[in-house]
Amino acid sequence: MAAAPQTAGTGKGFIGWIDQRFPLTKLWKEHLAEYYAPKNFNFWYFFGALSLLVLANQIVTGIFLTMSYKPSAAEAFASIEYIMRDVEWGWLIRYMHTTGASAFFIVVYLHMFRALLYGSHRKPRELVWIFGCLIFLLLMAEAFMGYVLPWGNMSYWGAQVIVSLFSSLPVIGSTLVEWIRGDYNIADPTLNRFFALHVAALPLALVFLVVAHIMALHEVGSNNPDGIDIKKYKDAQGHPLDGIPFHPYYTVKDLMGTGGFLILFASVIFFAPNFFGLFLESPNFEPANPLQTPPDITPVWYFTPFYAMLRAIPSAFGTQVWGVMVMGAAVLILFFVPWLDRSPVRSIRYKGPICKVMLALFSAAFICLAVCGMKPPSGIYTVLARICTAIYFAFFLLMPWYTKFDRVKPVPERVTGHA
Amino acid sequence: MHKASVLIAFGLLCAGTARCEEGEIPLLDAGTDIKNIESLQRGARNFMSDCSGCHSLKYLRYNRLATDLKIPEADLATNLIFTGAKPFEEIATAMPADSADWFGKPPPDLTLMARERGTNYLYSYLHGFYADKTRPWGVNNLYLPGTAMPHILYYRQGLQKPAYKNQKDSNGNAKMVLAGVEPMIPGSMKPEEYDQYVRDIVNFLDYAAEPIKSTRESMGIFVVLFLLVFFVFSYLLKKEYWKDVH
Repeated sequence: MAAAPQTAGTGKGFIGWIDQRFPLTKLWKEHLAEYYAPKNFNFWYFFGALSLLVLANQIVTGIFLTMSYKPSAAEAFASIEYIMRDVEWGWLIRYMHTTGASAFFIVVYLHMFRALLYGSHRKPRELVWIFGCLIFLLLMAEAFMGYVLPWGNMSYWGAQVIVSLFSSLPVIGSTLVEWIRGDYNIADPTLNRFFALHVAALPLALVFLVVAHIMALHEVGSNNPDGIDIKKYKDAQGHPLDGIPFHPYYTVKDLMGTGGFLILFASVIFFAPNFFGLFLESPNFEPANPLQTPPDITPVWYFTPFYAMLRAIPSAFGTQVWGVMVMGAAVLILFFVPWLDRSPVRSIRYKGPICKVMLALFSAAFICLAVCGMKPPSGIYTVLARICTAIYFAFFLLMPWYTKFDRVKPVPERVTGHA
Repeated sequence: MHKASVLIAFGLLCAGTARCEEGEIPLLDAGTDIKNIESLQRGARNFMSDCSGCHSLKYLRYNRLATDLKIPEADLATNLIFTGAKPFEEIATAMPADSADWFGKPPPDLTLMARERGTNYLYSYLHGFYADKTRPWGVNNLYLPGTAMPHILYYRQGLQKPAYKNQKDSNGNAKMVLAGVEPMIPGSMKPEEYDQYVRDIVNFLDYAAEPIKSTRESMGIFVVLFLLVFFVFSYLLKKEYWKDVH
């Protein structure tokens, strides 16, 4: 009798049966039990796991919302109120979803800031960073289309403003806008296709990219607040001396982070779901009205930094395309950061004063732009937005020089301390 | 640490910007309390007698209102339903279909008005009518200039007249600007009675805009308390596991 073909798993019992057919134990070991992460992760390292948590929240609550939501211009607004009033726990599911959208951007912005802080985008983690940038880009599209679905007046006019940005593109502009809307105006067909993209196409792509993001990370290993390679010093078993298995050490630590996050998340859901008009904007409690614009058309807070840049750029040569290009460039420039940063060290801890000042200025400018984007585009806010746009781009475009010539401190051989 | 303080400052800045676009004349404080069931019951009565003739609450059902406001369903039909509607139906207006242009524009549905404009705005608006012979109904409104609505509560509040003050414009020329209102003809209610009457309506509209609001707030206390306990245990668990990491 011929020997059975060689299979991967050799274990016994039910798990052994699975392992001979599917790499269950292998995956578990590679990504959790034997994935060695640096032991000195600090506060900033909670936000990756939290992004995953919020993504899961959005998918699960989103599925339940689609069960009662009607993607039609005539019924969408009323169906949201139906969910809020007549569907059992519908109000909770909806608030978890709307608060989750804002929470997603909060944790993702902090997660991205962490990368800039400790040089998590540097070689060999360029692809981890690029997948992350793609996730951010898709997340923006996902959030924008989701915001249109309740079909309130701000949904409508926000869609009107953002979609018409494409009309400033030369030659193809107006045809492109008509193609996106599927109509001569933001209307029922627009709502229908945004629904399709929001609930099927974009979440699928997002999940795929998140898997790629984590696979790429686990291939090269996690960075750490010291920005040093932990694989240099290994014990007899070949495990990094400064590394600890992700499970159970970081699973229990992230459980604690989850607890802390949920306290804030639940506080917003139960006590301030509008969050002072930032998470749910007041004009959106009026149904879409093509004949009446809201007093100020402002995007939700997470888009306002980019919206402020758009408005800060004056039109020139009879076109407003420059603002659109600057806004696009503000997102696209993120992709090049791994190659713009020429510092000999990764972490801000060992970088010099110029790098520290630039990162602080950049963070302040980003927050300032967010505020400007919520204010009417006039006077002091336009001036501020222009200055901050300049700082935003200077941070990236001057990076090859200031990171190269700035002083650096000596980098330790082993990680320093742990939380 | 300074990053955290920047974030907090940012939060405060945003909170400060919330809704003050109504302009020069500051809004009155509504002083409503959504947990005050008696006020909500009076508000429902006031709304049905004075407002529902023209304004619908098309996302609120009569029986939901009865349950939440602890009104026996038997009382619904006799005291609150004036349109012959069934208890499970939403609150529609008594206006006939061909009356949409009676006021130049159809009276808006008020279900979500408290979330759209805020309770202080609604309370102020109902205090803001003043005599203005140039308007079709003889009244204008301090907080919504050119309003299409007549002063429906005239017989309760009475009529106010506009008060002006001198103000220098940007060129330094003095001019009269609208600064407020003052009493002119008294109504059937004393000012304090009228304040309470309007406060009850606004409180009811705040309830109508989000019937779950008071339940969600009382539920939230338990959820957050549970999560605080969860956080303590997850912290202890983490500490236990991390004992051997050096």
